[in-house]
Amino acid sequence: MADTVEFRVMRFDPAADAEPREVSYEVRAGERDRVLDGLNYIKWHLDGTLAYRRSCAHGVCGSDAVVINGTVGLACKKLIRDLEPPIVVGALATFPVIKDLVVDLEPFFAAVRRVRPWLEAGEAIPEREFLQPPAELEAFMDGTKCILCASCVAACPVVRRGTPYIGPAAVVQGHRFINDSRDVDGETRLRLLAAPDGANACENFFECTRVCPRGILVTRRINEIKSMLAAGGYVKGEDADG
Amino acid sequence: MAPKEHRYDAVIVGAGGAGLFAALELGRAGVKAAVISKLYPVRSHTGAAQGGICAALGNREPDEPLWHMFDTVKGGDYLADQDAVEIMCDEAPGVVFDLEHMGVPFNRTDDGKIDQRPFGGHTRNFGVAPVRRACYAADRTGAMVLHTLYQQCLKAGVEFFDEVFVTGLLFDGERAAGVVALGQRGGDFLVFRAKAVALATGGWGRIFRVTSNAHASTGDGAALALRAGLPLQDMEFYQFHPTGLHGIGILVSEAARGEGGILRNDGGERFMEKYAPRLLDLAPRDMVSRAVYQEIKAGRGLGGADYVGLDLTHLDAEVLDKKIPEITDFARVYLGVEPKEEMIPVAPTAHYAMGGVPPTVNGEVTPDERGTVAPGLYAAGEVACVSVHGANRLGTNSLLDILVFGRRTGRAMAAFAQENGRPEIAPGAAEPTREAIGRLRRQGGGESAAAVRDEMQAAMDEGVSVFRTAESTARAAAKVEELLAGYERVRVSDESSTFNTELTEALELGNLLALARVTAEAAARRTESRGAHSREDYPERDDGRWLNHSLCYYKEGRLEFKSKTVTVTRFEPKPRVY
Ligand SMILES: Cc1cc2nc3c(=O)[nH]c(=O)nc-3n(C[C@H](O)[C@H](O)[C@H](O)COP(=O)(O)OP(=O)(O)OC[C@H]3O[C@@H](n4cnc5c(N)ncnc54)[C@H](O)[C@@H]3O)c2cc1C
Ligand code: SF4
Ligand code: FES
Repeated sequence: MADTVEFRVMRFDPAADAEPREVSYEVRAGERDRVLDGLNYIKWHLDGTLAYRRSCAHGVCGSDAVVINGTVGLACKKLIRDLEPPIVVGALATFPVIKDLVVDLEPFFAAVRRVRPWLEAGEAIPEREFLQPPAELEAFMDGTKCILCASCVAACPVVRRGTPYIGPAAVVQGHRFINDSRDVDGETRLRLLAAPDGANACENFFECTRVCPRGILVTRRINEIKSMLAAGGYVKGEDADG
Repeated sequence: MAPKEHRYDAVIVGAGGAGLFAALELGRAGVKAAVISKLYPVRSHTGAAQGGICAALGNREPDEPLWHMFDTVKGGDYLADQDAVEIMCDEAPGVVFDLEHMGVPFNRTDDGKIDQRPFGGHTRNFGVAPVRRACYAADRTGAMVLHTLYQQCLKAGVEFFDEVFVTGLLFDGERAAGVVALGQRGGDFLVFRAKAVALATGGWGRIFRVTSNAHASTGDGAALALRAGLPLQDMEFYQFHPTGLHGIGILVSEAARGEGGILRNDGGERFMEKYAPRLLDLAPRDMVSRAVYQEIKAGRGLGGADYVGLDLTHLDAEVLDKKIPEITDFARVYLGVEPKEEMIPVAPTAHYAMGGVPPTVNGEVTPDERGTVAPGLYAAGEVACVSVHGANRLGTNSLLDILVFGRRTGRAMAAFAQENGRPEIAPGAAEPTREAIGRLRRQGGGESAAAVRDEMQAAMDEGVSVFRTAESTARAAAKVEELLAGYERVRVSDESSTFNTELTEALELGNLLALARVTAEAAARRTESRGAHSREDYPERDDGRWLNHSLCYYKEGRLEFKSKTVTVTRFEPKPRVY
């Protein structure tokens, strides 16, 4: 591959710009470099003012979800050599931009907090561990892989067109606790997810599943919640198909 | 304009496992507590921990806290304080059950107990053979611990200041009185006043170029303590993990070897047979890293290159998919290697700081060699040096350390805050920090922080790595000092007050340089080999002279060293063979 590649990065300075603007950079990149390395190259060698979030640099902390050539993903998990140049990097869609690639994630975390994302283990706490055979672990394991990167929300066509929807990540969080055999508060969470902007706002576009960097079967988990809502009488059955 | 002031009973800097467990204890005790973190809590590097957390639960085979204690002391080459190690190993099962009750999705045995797997240096019956002691949630144990603690903190009503960067400590005489911080979003200065303040800011792997650590692992809390006149202990002991992905340093957890993975050289030889005949690939990390380094140096790296192979090809696909799925994914994504079919190219990567701010077993920072306590100031997690890891940490003992001592720190802070009044801060106490940052922003010199950081990392990789000598450490120390002198000229071109990450990177660089210097000088000073500190010019351990902790102070631009006694209770130092 060529040793330089063109990056086009969406820049936005709240003090100076009315609209984001695209700026082009020539980035030196090696075989193993990822989009995050490209952003670092820009920041460290070309323009120190570029703002983006990053920490772990290997796909586990959830800091650097951005839009790369039109697709939502973690900059530290996308290899430059796998992309068609120019590489266009923009801020995570659906969220207000604070500066450059840094968006306001408060709405995201607020939505997640709505489902009371913590284990309620009740009063009967054993002296040693709760016994939880592997099959019971399997029932909620998928949702535990979530790193709260917000990719799924940014990719969701329902959220994008502005329909009120709590978003895939919050439903995944709900799923994780509702299906944990140690949790005693599933009903509250189901009631919360039965809200009009809850799980049933999902229209099965599967974009969340496509972009989730953790390989979570997001849409499937949402549909499992829809079925639970219907079966438990939280919502009318016909709303929960698909 | 005066900075905005917040008042809490307790303030914790850092939202990794250590900070969050301390905060949770404060929340549980009903103390008004705030956690300040430069990252969103769930982005903290605790989330990168893969392999597990150890505790002698005995769920798979007989095990005892005393065996765990022995392994930890021996693994640390007898430099750990044994009273602290004993507390940690005794409290380990309780902490793991506490986490399980909070929701950590541990892997399970068929009958539903927490499953356990072997890990380096953990043995049965005082060294007889590897034991299954590591509790794990696939190979994302740290993320599960981090998220669970955060969830429980939300439930307990702990308050969070996210993306707020702490830049200074405030004191009322000797007593800790709060911190000064920079809000990243608005660029505003904030003063947090508190009765008790804890540092839980994690490690500083970024003093090296090849590291398993996050970009944010810049040792800010340790540098703040050093600048405030507090000592840093045992800084020469920095752990290199033997299996980082070649060239990028991303960690391949020891869990891969715990599940049966084997290290091989170019000839396909299982070379650990030569270096640790009993524990083989599950010998402690310092030994395995030296072995890998020596194989490479002798030209036996794969294809003669600077890495060896981690062979997982003989493991069941099920093991790779269920027990170490992330690691195998890293190899695929980042190196394009399919671990089911080929060996993963690995080499040592800078991983863990054994040294740090010295606290008591209750987290109280101790400013001298006599165990005096700095009232109201606490430290827990990787930033602290309790010392339970001595000269070399065993795998899975760090999550344990941060949780056991994070919890104890929270409890001690709660008691302290309930018993003591609020300290005063002088008007304008935040000014020095504000001025320092103002200078950094105005100085407009020629050097970019990135260029200086590159030079520092190259010097440290070269001079203070797996093996050191008087000459190599002196060279690194001189280089770092030169860079420190030039720090004044580092340029911050971004004038914006919104998310000025060029400014925060420059602040982080200042912290890294301070810690790199201490590390290099401490390594130059200790003329023996012990644990992770291997001096080619002093290859033997020298208990007569060096069975003591080093304390390093920053005074008027110079570093001063003192020694501190090691607490030996049950296990007299012996030669360390595996
Ligand atoms: C890749 C990897 C794998 C590991 N695997 C294991 C394992 O399997 N088992 C094990 O026992 N150990 C493991 N370790 C070690 C262990 O994970 C760490 O030592 C431990 O998690 C450190 O936790 P901490 O709470 O001290 O700090 P961290 O989790 O690093 O948190 C530091 C916190 O401080 C905050 N902070 C830092 N500076 C500032 C500042 N200036 N202002 C405000 N906030 C600040 C950060 O935002 C963050 O919230 C691993 C380490 C790595 C790197
Ligand atoms: S479900 Fe996947 S995409 Fe959505 S926040 Fe979690 S990890 Fe990110
Ligand atoms: S930087 Fe952590 S996920 Fe990319």
